Order: sequence, then C-alpha cells, then structure tokens
Amino acid sequence: MLSVISPIMRIIEIPMLALQRMLGINRLAWVFLAPNLILFGLFAFLPVILNLVYAMTGGENILLANRPGVGMQNFSNLLDCGDYFDSHSCRDDKFWRAIWNTVWFVTLQVGFMVGLSLLTALILNRKIRARGFFRSVFFFPVLLSPVVVALIWKWILQRDGVLNAFLDWTGVGGVNWLVDAQWAFAWSVFISVWAHMGFYTLILLAGLQAIPRDVYEAAIMDQASPWRTFRRITLPLLSPTMLVVLVLALIKGVQTFDEVFAFTGGGPGTATTFIIQYIYQEGFAGAPRLYGVAAAASLLVALVLVALTLVQLWVNRRNANG
Amino acid sequence: MARIWSFLSATRGRERLHWTDWASYAYLVAGIFLMFGPVVWLLLSSFKTPNELDRFPPRFLPYVQEQVEIDGMDKPLPAFRIVEGELAGKIAGQTRRAAGRAEVILPENPGERIRLNANQLEAIEGVAFATENYTQLFKRFNFLQFFWNSTFITLTATALMLLVNSMAAFVLAKYEFRGRNAVLLAVIGTLMVPSTVVLVPLFLIVTQLGMFNSLWGVIIPGAATPTGVFLLRQYMITIPDEILDAARMDKASEWKIFWRIVLPLSAPAIAVLAILAIMWRWNDFLWPLIVLTQSENFTLQLALNSFQGELQTDWPSLLAMTVLTLLPIAFAFMFLQKYIATGIASTGGK
Repeated sequence: MLSVISPIMRIIEIPMLALQRMLGINRLAWVFLAPNLILFGLFAFLPVILNLVYAMTGGENILLANRPGVGMQNFSNLLDCGDYFDSHSCRDDKFWRAIWNTVWFVTLQVGFMVGLSLLTALILNRKIRARGFFRSVFFFPVLLSPVVVALIWKWILQRDGVLNAFLDWTGVGGVNWLVDAQWAFAWSVFISVWAHMGFYTLILLAGLQAIPRDVYEAAIMDQASPWRTFRRITLPLLSPTMLVVLVLALIKGVQTFDEVFAFTGGGPGTATTFIIQYIYQEGFAGAPRLYGVAAAASLLVALVLVALTLVQLWVNRRNANG
Repeated sequence: MARIWSFLSATRGRERLHWTDWASYAYLVAGIFLMFGPVVWLLLSSFKTPNELDRFPPRFLPYVQEQVEIDGMDKPLPAFRIVEGELAGKIAGQTRRAAGRAEVILPENPGERIRLNANQLEAIEGVAFATENYTQLFKRFNFLQFFWNSTFITLTATALMLLVNSMAAFVLAKYEFRGRNAVLLAVIGTLMVPSTVVLVPLFLIVTQLGMFNSLWGVIIPGAATPTGVFLLRQYMITIPDEILDAARMDKASEWKIFWRIVLPLSAPAIAVLAILAIMWRWNDFLWPLIVLTQSENFTLQLALNSFQGELQTDWPSLLAMTVLTLLPIAFAFMFLQKYIATGIASTGGK
C-alpha cells in the first residue's frame, strides 16, 4: 500500500515545493484547499444556482441555451391544487400523491424507528451478557446496500415465499403482499426501519452510556422508583441525543428512494412513490424528460432539507456547548 | 405501564434473574431471528436448485436429488425409490419421464428398462449445496464486469476522497489565514445540498464534462465531502503544533509535513473515513442509476436492480448475485466492526 502511495506523494511534492517558494506558506493554504473547493463549487454550489435556472425554464433539452424561459410556470403547475389534502384535485396529482406518501412514510418510519431504537438501546444498556454481540446483531443491516435489503425482503414476501408458506401452515392464509397497496406501503416502512434502526440504536446507546453513573446512584439512595428514575433522569438527560436522532432520521427519511424503489418500484400504482422517485421519474426515467418540473420539485424538497439541516446544526451546537 | 418502564430503565446488580431480565433476553433473541433470519434465508436459498426454489411450501435446507451410477450408462442417473408395486423398496435410476410415465433402470439389472407410473417413484434427496446458481452468474451474465465496475468505483473514489479531503482538512486545522472561516462556512453549506436535490444540474455538469456513462461520472462528483473534511479536521486539530514547527526548522516542505507527519498521525480518523467511504460507494444507487445507463457500465447494485424483471424474476441468479454483493461488506464488518461502529456514530453519517 505504502509503496504505491509514496512515489505519488513524492511526485506531487515537486510542484508543491515550487508553489511554496513562490507563494509563501500562507497562500499555499489555498493550493491545499483548491481540489476540494473546485469539487464543491462544481458539484454543490454551481448546481444550486443552475437548479434555479432549470426550475424556471421548460422543454426537454438539457442544454440551458435551448430551454425557453417559463417564469414561475413550473412552480404554479406543481402548486395548483383545489384541495392540498386531496391529490386528485391537483393539476399534478402525481406530485401531491408523492408528497403525501412521503409525509405518511416519514411520520410512520421515524416514529417506529426512534421508538424501537430507544427500546433496543435501553435494553442493550442493561447488564446483559454478550452485549457486544447483540449490539452488532441490531447494527449489521445498516451496512447492507438498499438494493440488497429490498431483494432479501422481496424474496421472503413474494407470493410463493416463506412468509406465505408459514401463514398457510398456520391456517391464516397467504397474502400477495406487494400487489396490495396498503401492504406494500406497510412493508416499505418495515424494511426501512429494519435496515436503519441499528444506526440510531448505536447513537442512543452512546447517549445512554454518557449519562453519569452517580446520578443513578443518587436516585437509588433516594429510593426513586425505576419508572420515576427513567422519567426524571434518563429521558431528560437523553433528550439532546433524542433530538439529534430525530432530526437525522427526518433528513434521511425525506430522501428515501433506493430501498423502496428496488423493493416495489413505487407501486403498486403510485402507492409507494415518494418525492425523490417523483423527481427521478420526471427528469430521468424516460420520455418526456421534464427537467424543469424535476428541478422545481427538487427546490421544494431542498427548502425542507435546508430547514431541517439548520435545526440539526443548531442542535449540534447546543449539545456541544452543554 | 409503570412496570414496563421499570424494566426498561432499571440498572440493578442482583444475582438472580428478575423477570425483566428474561423479557430483555426474549427481546434480544427475537431480535436475532428478525435481523439475521432474512439473511440466513437468502444464503440458504441461494444454494438451492431452481426446482427446489420453485417448491411451495419451501424447505429450510437446500436439497439435491441423489444420483445413482449404473453400468452401461454414460452419466449418473437421478435416483428414485420405488414406493409401490412389486418392486417396492428398490432404488432405481430414471432415464426418462413424460406424461406421468417414467422409465427406470435398476442398478442390479442394467440391461432392462422398466416402465412405471410416475407416482410409484419417490425422489431420493439429500441435503447438499448446489453451486450452479453461482457458476451460471459467470457464464450467463457479465458478472465479473459488474464486480469490477463496483470495485473500481469504490477504490478510486475512496482514494481520491481521502487525498482531497485530508488536504483541505490539514490547512483548515493547522493554518491561520484570511478567509478560513468563510471556507468552513462554505463546507457547512454543502451539508445542506445533498445530491438528491440537485440531480438535474449535476446531470448537466457531468454530461458537459463528458462523464455521462463513464465510471468517472460516479467517482468525481462525490469526491469532496463535508463529512470527510470535518471528521479529519477535528482529528488533525489535536496534533500538537510543535511537531509541525520542529519539522519546519528542519526545512521540511509543507507538503512533506502533510504526508510524512500529519497523515500518519491521523491514521485512525483516516481509517474511519475510508471505511465509511467504501460503504457509501459500494452501496451507492441513485446517482449511478442516472449516470450509468449502459449495462456494461453497471455497478453490482444497478445490475441487481435491473435483473429483477417486471414480470419474470430470475430468482436463482438474483439470489446468488445478492449474496456476492453483500459479501465484501459482510467481511469488512467482521474484521473492522469496532471502527465501523465508532466511525458511524461519530460522524452521524451513513
């Protein structure tokens, strides 16, 4: 490994040394920063600006010069709705269907995930044997790729799959899970919780272990009931970590795409089509490629994410300052 | 309700197991089944023959029909036990079967072909792992190409990311210069624009740079990450300035200080970031899905997704491919578990 790296580093040293002599140490800092800043500029900041341009132009051409300006048309089409709670009354019913699907999905997924992660973390924080082993049991699905997660569960849930075999055996009878809209949605929430809860369990467990022991010892001295100890000590002291977990889970939840796309393809119908998949389908999945609509929808999602990220940064700062 | 909570929050040191301990262990054991079960089922299924996979209800272990060698036949024949009729109890090799009739040969009487009803025969099976699902991946699909694409993207992107991010982290941690705070703010700013919300302009830029349908189109855009810069910077700040100053006294160039002193001292942080980067890139899906549209450029994740057809899914191949896709990550997990857990917890990213 090192034998590959060393020669490369030595070659880079030649121009870097020349630059150092030319610029001085302080201006050399910008040379070190340059690759990173160029990449950020090209693939993070420039896209944000261009996204605005796309959102205000129409047509199917990717080249900006060939795109006619349409002003706020894309936005007004997306937001043209008789009743925002009823996607059928909207001009772009797919968009609103995706929005409401996403809202429901995020609510259920984050709710179950944070609840289960907390339960698991509390149990793992008890005096149990083989804690490290159990911790990794709950953690390892985090490492699996979304597509692998989707296929593992699709194989179990398919019509002649092992779950239906089991249900037949118990006499309940099988269900064609992924063909039924509500079941497909419920299973999407389930696999998403299954795949990600280990990550949040780990963070909450670290939060629990950071609570000083002597607080609990004092509670025992005062003969506080375990329930009271939990309510008055564990929960308040864990709340900063809970907040971090909640915000992180929301940020990831809004962007859910991979595992559900590979799992149900967004179906049946549009039952599990979420907002990122809507963007993907409008812009990239096939003709017509409505880049303007995709960009406008992206912008609306970005607003939500920016708000959530600001909350996240605020939470992190508050936690860091104690 | 109160009792449930008491069991969740209690930390007591008694020797006898309280019922809450039993409940905890019950939860954890249920967890093993729920978390490991699906993966074990995938693994076992991937070693089943296509016939066995079609079977409903499925059996837990993979079975393969045994074979019997018969003199005068070129190949071993599938073995059956005769369960009805005058030959009941004998073992026979089947030569043909059609329309409910079967033709068998008894090993002790290789010259004679016996015709029986198919329902007089019962297949003799033993637990065995069939590997043909795996071998046909290499024959029928371009599996090695997908594997290579994934590996190339993962390794190149990780190396590039480590170099670029550590260079930036080094100066942000160790230099005082005008504009440093502005740069830090800009890095934080990029946290707010995940690529999922700028797909369209990213696509334009990548296309204009000639990286559409090229592995580089996946590698380059994600090479600079705010997470990486911050993780490394936090670690590099703890390196004492005196070491750097001593090296400067010895006329070491800044680049030499960077890669000979700062990088080796930051090895733990770099290891954590490397593991994260490998995981991100190996599992990456949405951006490759947009950039790589020709099947010879597919990564494993894209190939897996595209092989699950709309109507007819080729499960035997798909199962084997899924196992091979999760294998590298599973190995990494086994050996680097500690780093992975701390890395993910400390960056809050996955």
